[in-house]
Amino acid sequence: MNTRLVSIIRKEFIQISRDPRTLILVLIIPVMQLFLLGYAATNDVRNVPLAVFDQDRGASARALLDAFRAADYFRLAYDVDSEADLRELIDRGLARAGLIIPAAYSQQLTSGESTSVAFILDGSDPTVAATALSAAQLIGQSLATDLMTERLERRGASLRLQLPLEVRTQVWYNPDLEQAYFMVPGVIGMILFALTSILTATAIVRERERGTIEQLIVTPIRSWELVVGKLLPYVVLALLNTIEVLVIGAWWFGVPVRGNIGLILGVSAIFLMSSLGIGLLASTIANTQQEAMLSVWMLLLPSLFLSGFFFPLEAMPLVLQWISYAMPLRYYLVIIRSLMLKGVGLQAIQGDVIALALFGVAIMGAAAARFRKRLD
Amino acid sequence: MNALIDAQNLHKAFGSVQAVRGVSLTVRAGEAYGLVGPDGAGKTTTMRLLVGALRADQGQIQVGGFTLGRETEQARAHIGYLAQRFSLYGDLSVAENLTFFGSIRGLRGPALAGRAATLLKFVGLHGFEARRADQLSGGMKQKLGLACALIHEPKILLLDEPTGGVDPVTRQDFWQLLIRVLAEGTAVIVSTPYMDEAARCTRLGFMYQGRVLVEGAPRELTASMQGRVLELAAHPKDAARAVTAADPAVEDVLTFGDRFHVRVRETAGPLARLPAALAQAGVNVERLRAIPPSLEDVFISLLAAQTTPAQA
Repeated sequence: MNTRLVSIIRKEFIQISRDPRTLILVLIIPVMQLFLLGYAATNDVRNVPLAVFDQDRGASARALLDAFRAADYFRLAYDVDSEADLRELIDRGLARAGLIIPAAYSQQLTSGESTSVAFILDGSDPTVAATALSAAQLIGQSLATDLMTERLERRGASLRLQLPLEVRTQVWYNPDLEQAYFMVPGVIGMILFALTSILTATAIVRERERGTIEQLIVTPIRSWELVVGKLLPYVVLALLNTIEVLVIGAWWFGVPVRGNIGLILGVSAIFLMSSLGIGLLASTIANTQQEAMLSVWMLLLPSLFLSGFFFPLEAMPLVLQWISYAMPLRYYLVIIRSLMLKGVGLQAIQGDVIALALFGVAIMGAAAARFRKRLD
Repeated sequence: MNALIDAQNLHKAFGSVQAVRGVSLTVRAGEAYGLVGPDGAGKTTTMRLLVGALRADQGQIQVGGFTLGRETEQARAHIGYLAQRFSLYGDLSVAENLTFFGSIRGLRGPALAGRAATLLKFVGLHGFEARRADQLSGGMKQKLGLACALIHEPKILLLDEPTGGVDPVTRQDFWQLLIRVLAEGTAVIVSTPYMDEAARCTRLGFMYQGRVLVEGAPRELTASMQGRVLELAAHPKDAARAVTAADPAVEDVLTFGDRFHVRVRETAGPLARLPAALAQAGVNVERLRAIPPSLEDVFISLLAAQTTPAQA
């Protein structure tokens, strides 16, 4: 057994245990992120506050409002008496949408005429607006179909209205389209990436900042022993975090873990080469822990935004899609989502695994080449 | 006897700053080599070059017979080093620091435990094993640093201003420890700003602007200034200084506590002329005599010669 390596690993673990606050943060951060992203970062739009200017107040108007009420996309928050009031509510952001029912609405419908209602949307948040728009259109179409059927029936044509085409949808892997299914594997990727690279960068720079590196340099410890000895404890922490996120994801959010756990951890270890390498690289450039943190942050942001963590890659401009191929996190997210949700084997993801391994070797190699057991 | 450290013509630049310019030094077993000189003279850089923490731009270093750069790790196996800045782990205990540096040097088991216990007793830190290093006093930190530097029984010990910011009693203790280390045949290189410490060294190198200006045993160095220093105690001080400095044989007048050290080209002239000149200016002379020069006189005169080469 390599005494030098063992002694530096043991020292690192003692130091981690001497700093319980950092340790607790490291264990809490993933949980916090999981809950934040599992709940808050959801694109599901519900309960959009709606202001209604009902000039009709007839039975048909009530039916229309009931239809809006029944779909939980909207909350009938305000009942106003003028267009000016409606505008004011939307201006002030109290209502996100407005519905104006004309005075002759019920009368026109009962007399068999066509009519229209106005639907106003606050487009300042495009996500909310887009969902509200399609929801409003769906509600209108479905009500119109019902009215049409009613009229035909009243005319005695007791034919059952049958639409000529129906699209039967099936959603695989995540039938209820739960946001958490998408987010939990992503959080694992983000934690492995962000936490390990920041921790390793600061752990090495700390030796330089406190001057302890000077004492280490003079010992016959080899560079690789120093690097491996300092990184290994953080690999252990990162894998503990992975298991932590997996357990909470499965138990609290009900995210399935369909793939082989061993395979998940194995691929995660391959991914760790990249994030540890980035941390190590940052430590060779930075002189203070603050510098190290910021350098890692600089790489972290494009990684998160260009890896499909928040936004789907398919929706990005082509140039950004190309750049995303340079982000190791991109491959890992594809892999971990496939492994967890689809339960695929190595075969289905081997291309991404190979890409990840190549990145790992390249980044680690560059970092190792730059790392010197010297002060200058 | 063979040199344990042999450095030839070391050069090191940081950007455009030439920190070390052609330093050569040789230290044998049982010898204490003192590096003295003002701040920024290149003492710490020289130390770091000698332990291989920095790579020299030019020059060769042999440590215990191994060439630094080619057989760096073998060379380092012989080196114990105490950096100027406290460089142990503050969040580890006294015992954990010792154990860590011992095991990283390849010691283990009972051998390591025995060596650690001996050293703790040697530096007077037994009973403090469980205390965290950053909770030690300045002097105790340096003693722990010394213990960690000695854990693998190195043949060569390098100490970079080991007693900086340490109280005089602890400084005394520390030197008693060093004397015992030297007695065991270890070669010691120590940098220090204190002249009383410099006087304890076997040999001294006076560094200035990256060069060793003079080298020699303390007595050799002071001998070169023999008959060149007068001591003057007189009042009022301002007038005394002005009158003395005006004498043609006087090179420099420096305040030493309540007295002046007057550096002269020769003693006879000023000793004859000054009493009358001072009395005429209304200066009351308590004492005026030739004294054996101190190391401080030597180094100040060297510095003066460097900064005003026209007069030298």
